[in-house]
Amino acid sequence: MNPTPNRWKRYAGWDERPLRLDKFAAEDAANGFAAFTSPADPKPGLGLNSGRVISLDGVLEHEFDMIDLYIARHHIDPSIAPEAMAIPAGTLARMLVDMHVPREQLVRLAHGLTPAKLAETVSQLNALEIAFAYQKMRARKVPGNQAHVTNAKDDPLQLAADAATAVAFGFDEIETTMRVSRNAWSNALACAVGGAVGRWGTLFQCSSEEAEELRIGMAGFSSYAETVSVYGTEKTFIDGDDTPWSKGFLAAAYASRGIKMRCTSGAGSELLMGFHESKSLLYLEARCLCLQRAMGVQGTQNGGIDGAPITSTVPGGVRELMAENLIAVWLDLECASGNDARTTESEIRVGAKIWPYLVGGSDLICSGFGSILKYDNSFNPSLFNAEEMEDYLVLQRDFEADGGLTPVSETVALDLRARAVEALSAVLEELQLATPTADMKQSVVVASGSDDTRSFSPRETAGISEAIRTRGLTVVDVIKALAKRGFVQEAENLLKVVRLRLSGDYLQTAALVRNGKVLSALNNPNDYLGPGSGYRLSAERREEIINIRDVLDQKEVLRSEGQHEKEEAKRIRYQVLKAAELGLDRTEVVIGISPGFGLKIFQTTAGHRLSDVLAEILSAIKQHGMTARIVRFRHTADTSFLGLSAAGISGSGIGIGLQAKGTAIIHQRGRLPHNNLELFSNAPITKLEHYRGMGNNAAIYAKGEMPDPVIVPQRGEAMGSRYHARTAMIYAIETGLIEESAPPQDITVIFSGRKI
Amino acid sequence: MTKTIADYPLAETQPETISGLSGKTLSTITLDALIEGSVDMQDLRIAPEALRSQAEIAQAANRPTLAKNFERAAELVQVPQDLIMATYELLRPGRAKSKDEVMAAAKNLRENFGATSIADYIEEAAEVYQRRGLFKFRY
Repeated sequence: MNPTPNRWKRYAGWDERPLRLDKFAAEDAANGFAAFTSPADPKPGLGLNSGRVISLDGVLEHEFDMIDLYIARHHIDPSIAPEAMAIPAGTLARMLVDMHVPREQLVRLAHGLTPAKLAETVSQLNALEIAFAYQKMRARKVPGNQAHVTNAKDDPLQLAADAATAVAFGFDEIETTMRVSRNAWSNALACAVGGAVGRWGTLFQCSSEEAEELRIGMAGFSSYAETVSVYGTEKTFIDGDDTPWSKGFLAAAYASRGIKMRCTSGAGSELLMGFHESKSLLYLEARCLCLQRAMGVQGTQNGGIDGAPITSTVPGGVRELMAENLIAVWLDLECASGNDARTTESEIRVGAKIWPYLVGGSDLICSGFGSILKYDNSFNPSLFNAEEMEDYLVLQRDFEADGGLTPVSETVALDLRARAVEALSAVLEELQLATPTADMKQSVVVASGSDDTRSFSPRETAGISEAIRTRGLTVVDVIKALAKRGFVQEAENLLKVVRLRLSGDYLQTAALVRNGKVLSALNNPNDYLGPGSGYRLSAERREEIINIRDVLDQKEVLRSEGQHEKEEAKRIRYQVLKAAELGLDRTEVVIGISPGFGLKIFQTTAGHRLSDVLAEILSAIKQHGMTARIVRFRHTADTSFLGLSAAGISGSGIGIGLQAKGTAIIHQRGRLPHNNLELFSNAPITKLEHYRGMGNNAAIYAKGEMPDPVIVPQRGEAMGSRYHARTAMIYAIETGLIEESAPPQDITVIFSGRKI
Repeated sequence: MTKTIADYPLAETQPETISGLSGKTLSTITLDALIEGSVDMQDLRIAPEALRSQAEIAQAANRPTLAKNFERAAELVQVPQDLIMATYELLRPGRAKSKDEVMAAAKNLRENFGATSIADYIEEAAEVYQRRGLFKFRY
């Protein structure tokens, strides 16, 4: 005897879903697994004594750790704190979502709020309220986006091509890193050149070891830095080999070299590094963010970042990522809002994660959208990657939301890639760093990822990088090489990015470059105050966003139908005999065809020739010794009414309604329009054998017998999305031919080369 | 005159006042000049004046901490790269073995580079590191 099954098969099915590769953690505040609150979180509080902070969130001054000290001395504004801390968190929370309370008013209050108070306030908002508040509180008006440009081989040719591609798609910043750290200089040079192809103004960073990164910036290759991490507990900070003062010093050092900088912090880093003090993720993050404002950095890369996957395992974790981003912008920091490390294997969770940022905008929606394939992403796969880029473009179109990207045609992309590869090759040759072959170049231009390339070996790349470093090459050498080899526009573009340093305009909060102008929170401030204010899609920008590829219109449908017209003309002719009347033949089945059938439309949506469809139906009816009469109706194109009208004049009382797109029905005189005998609604999967079955069954009904209904098997495919646009357009062509008072016509069809 | 938000972006409102560290103005830093060899990395470096202007603008925009960072940066412009990296290294945990080492670094920057706010900042770090026991050997 078989053992009694102990599983419901539904669960076995769920086990196979990608979601089940995600592992979830139980809430456990003592061990750091708590998103919004933990018993160890302090109550908000601030003690002041003649302008000096003497207690912060329950900790007395003599017990302050480094982070408390830094926040007390550099973040808290004692002239605002008493007023701000006196406002109940619930009131502040309401102010955040109140469109009548301007951003500046809340930013001013934030200067006097402690980490625990900030955390307590945003905790009161649900996810939608956080998203709304974020839309209002983010610093710059126009949203932006950032790309990762890396590859598994650290191949400079591919980096140049992919940088140019990322620029074309509209990314405001591109970030690279290496598989092998010594390749940093080669990566930097390649991305700088590639990023100068097509247009100027894309900022670039090369994420590497702190000191090396600054040197690469000094050589003029990179224009910003963001991997300056801060942490919410003292022990984590020290294990991260820094202190708030060392990082603050680095912030000043970057600015002193005219290089834009933001810090990085995100929930979960303390948990991953083992020193969370049993505090909630949000409270620790509030400390990090106060610290960053205190250090005087213009912005933050925030929202979990490397800790986003662990944060997403706890209840409310994804909402927490949104909440910490809200604190960041409330503190008036530019926010590169995570949506970076891939937090899940579930595409549904991916789509849900991005939605609030896509719709509400962010200074940089992703702090690393993988513009390259997942396996080429040296930071690890992002929430969105090259594989899913078109999904993102369509989401922009669906919601008429500016996600910072613009569709690019394949030919334009190919041209830019070729240009970037040639430009970099010219630089490599001119500076005697390498001589790429035509085959190497061609393989990179058409490559989707590094698996497809035949380019530099790891050893050659390391040699290039080492030579750039030891010879002390700078961006000036690269610009000269580009100009000398005729890449004058690229040379100009690259020089313009380096020239940004002189004024330092792009060091201000949330700065990026659009159309050759620096836009930041100063000259493009977010002025959201409800509908009609804040960022809105312009007509031009909307046009860019909706212009995705392979969009169907009626002209295209008619054109593709036109291709079949000649073919069908060789197979079938439709001859109009006379006005159709009530049939007297009891063996007759009437086939009612639609206005455009065989005149404008020649194939069903499944791709069957209409001549074949008719032939199957006719021959099946004939096989039963019954007769078929074809009648074209011109007063309707509706399947039910075609069928009912056909039945109405059929001698047997049985009729078939057949639309040109292939939707069909078997109907009977006297029935209600939608109470048919059999309906074939899934034209895209209806095969010729089903049309034959339809003729067969219509004949059996006409004899007064009861057949087995024809079943068109389907597996729940989302066919609507594949066919609806075309179907609706075909139907519109049919309805366009309707003449209300036109009588039905008896039609003779003459098949060529086949006998029915 | 103190800069305000209306002065921003400086490169658009007053390009003639912007010059690199070696004194070349923005308009003279062209591709042709670079090709001729009369532009080098030094010309492409930000000058303290521009950072101070940005500090004033940040202050006017109610971003006092950002303004302070720009002021500290202005002081670091003339500090050589190696000294910057050495100072950064010294401020990392466990690098300095005593408060005196850090205080000496601050003194050097104050006296030889006029970097007073940077020196204050480093002295503050020295005091805090002492208090939090950071001047100890880390394996």
